[in-house]
Amino acid sequence: MTEASTIDPTDQQIEKVHTAAIRFAGDSGDGMQVAGARFTDASAIFGNDLSTFPNFPAEIRAPAGTLPGVSSFQVHIADRDILTPGDQPDVLVVMNPAALKANLHDLAPAGTIVANSDAFVDRNLEKAGYDTNPLEDGSLDAYRLLAVPMEELTKKAVEDSGLKGRGVLRSKNFFALGLMAWMFHRPLEPTLQWIDRKFGKDDEVRAANEMAFRAGYHLGETTEMFRHTYAVQPAKLPAGTYTNVTGNQALAWGIIAAGQAARLPVLYASYPITPASEILHELARHRNFGVRTFQAEDEIAAVGAALGASFGGHLGVTGTSGPGVALKSETISLAVMTELPILIIDVQRGGPSTGLPTKTEQADLLMAMYGRHGEAPLPIVAIASPSDAFETTIEAARIALKYMTPVMLMSDGYIATSAEPWRLPDLEDLPDISVKFISEANANGEFLPYLRDEKTLSRPWAVPGTPGLEHRIGGLEKEDGTGNVSYNPANHEKMTMLREQKIGRIAEDIPEIVVDEDEGAEVLVLGWGSSYGAILAGVRRVRAREQKVARVHLRYLNPFPKNLGEVLSRYPKVLVPELNRGHLWRMIRSDFLTDAIRYSKVQGQPLKASEIEAKLMETIES
Amino acid sequence: MTDTTTHSRQDWQSDQEVRWCPGCGDYTILAAVQNFMADLDVEKEDVVFISGIGCAARFPYYMNTYGMHSIHGRAPAIASGLAVARPDLSVWVVSGDGDALSIGGNHFIHALRRNINIKILLFNNQIYGLTKGQYSPTSEQGKRTKSSPWGSIDHPFNPVSLALGAEATFVARTIDMDRLHTQDMLQQAYDHKGSAFIEIYQNCNVFNDKAFIKLTGREEREINRINLEHGKPVVFGPENQWGVVMEQGTARVVDVSAVGIDRIHVHDAEADSPSGAFALTRLSHNPIGPTPVGVFRKVQRPTYETTLQQQIHDAQASRGPGDLSKLIASTGTWTVE
Ligand SMILES: Cc1ncc(C[n+]2csc(CCOP(=O)(O)OP(=O)(O)O)c2C)c(N)n1
Ligand code: SF4
Ligand SMILES: [Mg+2]
Repeated sequence: MTEASTIDPTDQQIEKVHTAAIRFAGDSGDGMQVAGARFTDASAIFGNDLSTFPNFPAEIRAPAGTLPGVSSFQVHIADRDILTPGDQPDVLVVMNPAALKANLHDLAPAGTIVANSDAFVDRNLEKAGYDTNPLEDGSLDAYRLLAVPMEELTKKAVEDSGLKGRGVLRSKNFFALGLMAWMFHRPLEPTLQWIDRKFGKDDEVRAANEMAFRAGYHLGETTEMFRHTYAVQPAKLPAGTYTNVTGNQALAWGIIAAGQAARLPVLYASYPITPASEILHELARHRNFGVRTFQAEDEIAAVGAALGASFGGHLGVTGTSGPGVALKSETISLAVMTELPILIIDVQRGGPSTGLPTKTEQADLLMAMYGRHGEAPLPIVAIASPSDAFETTIEAARIALKYMTPVMLMSDGYIATSAEPWRLPDLEDLPDISVKFISEANANGEFLPYLRDEKTLSRPWAVPGTPGLEHRIGGLEKEDGTGNVSYNPANHEKMTMLREQKIGRIAEDIPEIVVDEDEGAEVLVLGWGSSYGAILAGVRRVRAREQKVARVHLRYLNPFPKNLGEVLSRYPKVLVPELNRGHLWRMIRSDFLTDAIRYSKVQGQPLKASEIEAKLMETIES
Repeated sequence: MTDTTTHSRQDWQSDQEVRWCPGCGDYTILAAVQNFMADLDVEKEDVVFISGIGCAARFPYYMNTYGMHSIHGRAPAIASGLAVARPDLSVWVVSGDGDALSIGGNHFIHALRRNINIKILLFNNQIYGLTKGQYSPTSEQGKRTKSSPWGSIDHPFNPVSLALGAEATFVARTIDMDRLHTQDMLQQAYDHKGSAFIEIYQNCNVFNDKAFIKLTGREEREINRINLEHGKPVVFGPENQWGVVMEQGTARVVDVSAVGIDRIHVHDAEADSPSGAFALTRLSHNPIGPTPVGVFRKVQRPTYETTLQQQIHDAQASRGPGDLSKLIASTGTWTVE
């Protein structure tokens, strides 16, 4: 918590703070994701800047009460612009001993623990590996411990709801949420309205959740131990209308927007996989937008369907995670050869193989770059944060359509599931990314499907249904111009170069890098994707320590912006933090011979501002 | 799209030189398709052929339509995306036994089950032609090939049984040598709304010659070929002296004179249950004895793309056409001055 000042108007102590990070942790069945998301939405509507980090196990229901079954949701709220979910929670809400055990090491020094004491019974303590009850044995003396019998109080609170039996205890997450709403002066309305919308059809559940929520809030109001509360003022963000978005949601909306900006119907084909499935869910919900969603039998079929749609003149999009991209690889090469536009979304997760399906990583970059047979270059565009997903998705579609090429759009589990405020764009200002289908012969009365545009080197898009332009494309090497099958050695080399040059020319069509730099900085930190927030926050901390640093965050990973080589050459030290073993680091070494410093983290967790800060200080001082 | 007139067979021929081995059954199938299309009420630009990889998969190059020679096994997936996006087109898949049933088996069954309006032609030569003669998923057990010098161990698929099991709404079988029958099957597949599957026995005279001789040889075909006709008793032979009876769900060949014509199974391609059709497919596995050809099954079920269009239509009718500015604000907003 960054402190502002302490005031004490009555007997109630309201501490004004600039930022606070709260983590809700419990069993995967305890509803912690819901509690966190509701706290987040109330904070968004209150006007705080915020950033969230949901962290859940791969199993839908790992054995109750065990460490692997712990699910958590961290939300960072602030009265100014923040970039990460916070390195350490200031307040840790734990619903059982396992949640305490799994999360305590992250808690800020002297932080607050709000514990559901009813769950700290022998059986649960044993499952979590505690010999004695940490709420009683003094081991938490370094923290502010608030033990609350949440189950008993929830039962009492919902007595009149009509709900009976075990279902009663389900509402305890709303009790905990109510308590936090009190502690952080959150408005109650957004949550009450949400409960009403969500459970309106089931009167008893609706009533129970509402009663538990109010009871939690009320307990805070009336209990001595909750006298001390925190106020985080609304943030002074740039003027505009904001909403709170997750990366997957904004990406799905970006797909709809890309179709509108291109004036093309969209077909989104996908096979469910964490953490990409929500994109399919979101698009399937909104049938009235005309997006055709296609749940394919596997990822190969999904990319095939997208390619088929694109052959038919639609914007074909397919989304998946790393294992799915591996399956799509052969078809992506076909799209390179047939020069048809498709968008492939890779919401990366920890690998190899099933790896850490619910955790984040950036270790698919080299697969995106090189993971195909033959010489098969394609553009790669990366999303930096949930609020960046909408615009970057449209940009990826623009490149695909203009250059008639498959494009890899990189996201990851952290971007996909975390949320932050997003200033709603003016949709009148959507870029026009439409392209023209060719409608008549292009070479003295003849149609040449591989006759290229001189500037972009892209080939014409002739869609079935256009009279006179009947033609055959396919995976066999094409003769330059005619597109007929050709085994001619010189032609193959020529076509290989043309495909490469076409992608290379995109560098002329994307913005050059603008460095965020301090005059005289000797260290440049270079990032891509979801490390955006942590890197910028880390850079700010270093600057607050009056050190000089320069920062570049790449959206375009292939081709690189034109001036990247020149920019890199200006700095004696280039630091490349990534959630992998050095993918971008390798790429710049091989492209520019930059002797960059690799900073790698592969724990399935995002980078922290403090980690960047420490590494930058070390690099500056070395 | 121009006004419809019929075309000549030449109109459907592309300028590409056909490159199958001389004598290959693929030639006769190509001729049958071009002939059939010549009489169709459809324009070239509205027809698309999509294939995978194999000898058969060269097919789209020879048709003067839109086409894609894609990758091994994936044609049904690509065609599905195209047909879902563009229900106005006539979309055809050309595939081989390895392409459709081995590497592409998954896409094949799912395309059939979804009832997307694509027509899948399986050129079954019971061998891998393009890769020079390995056994395929339809090769008979014990077949000696380069990859099975001791005789293949695999039990083969019966493609028509498989298609019925995959919930296909139209299933037929024909023979490359019989152009008129092939054209009839093509016409019925074309007229069918939804996915249609035609197994075409195709002779690979280089790597698996005479695999279908029992159905194509002058004398053999007289005694082995069973022509299925909807609503007619299943009889065959030079004097229709043999017939098929159903006993506890199993089809069996009998002398008609021994049981009487009334006991002979009457073929019902439109029956709700595919059981009768399935029993007929089991008469022969590899065609070495009496083997049915014709339409096994032809039933109506809403197609995938019409249902999808309907859902879009209904969603627009009830919610209005999508308004993106409302959607992005739908989870709650706040304003910073
Ligand atoms: C991914 C992949 N694996 C293998 C091959 C090699 N391959 C090409 S065609 C073929 C078999 C073709 O057999 P079939 O589908 O029966 O067609 P036919 O040549 O008999 O018409 C194989 C194995 C390939 N092209 N792609
Ligand atoms: S190998 Fe067989 S199937 Fe292939 S073209 Fe030659 S004869 Fe036809
Ligand atoms: Mg074959």
